[in-house]
Amino acid sequence: MTSGLMTAREAGLIACVRCGLLHEKKIHECTRCGAYLESRDATSIQRVWALLFAGMITFVPANVLPMLKTNTLVEHSESTIIGGVFELIHHGSIGIAAIVFIASILIPVGKFIAIAYLAISVQRKSTLNQHQRHKLYEVVEFIGRWSMIDVFVVAILSALVQLDTIASINPGVAAFSFALSVIFTILSAQSFDARLIWDTDRTAHAK
Amino acid sequence: MRSFPAAVKTISEEEALPNALPPLRDLVACPQCDTLHNAARLPQGARAHCKRCGIRLITENRTAFAQVVSLALTAFVMMLAAVSFPFLELNVAGHHNSISVLQAITAFNDGIALLLAFAVAGFIVLLPLLRLSAIIYAIGPLARGQAPRRGAKTAFGLAEALQPWSMAEIFIVGVTVALIKVAGIATVTTGPAFWAFSGLVLVTILKDQLICRFSIWQALE
Ligand SMILES: [Zn+2]
Ligand SMILES: [Zn+2]
Repeated sequence: MTSGLMTAREAGLIACVRCGLLHEKKIHECTRCGAYLESRDATSIQRVWALLFAGMITFVPANVLPMLKTNTLVEHSESTIIGGVFELIHHGSIGIAAIVFIASILIPVGKFIAIAYLAISVQRKSTLNQHQRHKLYEVVEFIGRWSMIDVFVVAILSALVQLDTIASINPGVAAFSFALSVIFTILSAQSFDARLIWDTDRTAHAK
Repeated sequence: MRSFPAAVKTISEEEALPNALPPLRDLVACPQCDTLHNAARLPQGARAHCKRCGIRLITENRTAFAQVVSLALTAFVMMLAAVSFPFLELNVAGHHNSISVLQAITAFNDGIALLLAFAVAGFIVLLPLLRLSAIIYAIGPLARGQAPRRGAKTAFGLAEALQPWSMAEIFIVGVTVALIKVAGIATVTTGPAFWAFSGLVLVTILKDQLICRFSIWQALE
């Protein structure tokens, strides 16, 4: 089906990923937009793994340490991400609990797994499911930023609920390490060169 | 199946023989799968998708530059309103707290809260403003049919790089979650800035839909 297609690399050219312009192989800087040219990003997979591990490591304190510190007249309490989700369920806000749970737990964990799978499949030169893997990559790129919701919630609550003695809310360490985790994972996904998924395509169809 | 405009053809092996390739300037490669396409002379309004992976490659729309610039200007003004007017108001037991985004950012004073405030300010106000300015600077002259400004390429490159880090739309969802979280202990009402911010999100999404990187880089050359 795709055998009639030809890549820039097969035509002996280098494409600029920023503006799409084609160049002869010996050129290293795009003549249109000035971006650095590389037929394939040689350090892509290394950077993907390094940033992914950084994202996973910072995700641990983000879940164990308190995200929110609440002070009221009667009590002082600290809650973690998952604790906040249970509190919302307890108050009957199931829908909002679901949003926080999906954005703060499911999406980050799903992203770790998806990026690792993409990197491994490229390293093994897998020829399977190229369309699905490319879709997965697009989804990961699109959805990753949305994990930031809970960080914003904490920031808004701590700015809004500052009522001297009656009630105050302050951010915990987890808010910061969670934000870091999201940033590392976005950078990891950005480092992935999607062209690597497709490189095995031609051999797959030719043989 | 997607339908592809007839003008976008992929390059076959016969054409790829050293002397038979179309001029390099007529070609475009998919940034995500490297597939070559012939992009010469697309009709007005055509949308070209990659024939292998399906991502949008080119939208040929000559009026888009002016629309992008006017939407970016609108978003810029709305952002200024969104940060300075009251954003949310909290009422509990006779106590009253009204915050604007600017106040929210400058209210923090201890370590972690301050770092968090800087990060949030960056993601929702500073980076979006920087990105809008870069877009207006780079595309403004193109919209008026003038030659690009000096540094326009750098500016547009910056705008592209900043896109994933401009998180205004995520912030709005965060506000909604926060409102419901405090609903139990206090009454919260939204101020004018909340609506400015929501409008800003819509305008930004619309603007980003209209941006065709390929056409802009071509015009900036
Ligand atoms: Zn380029
Ligand atoms: Zn493609």
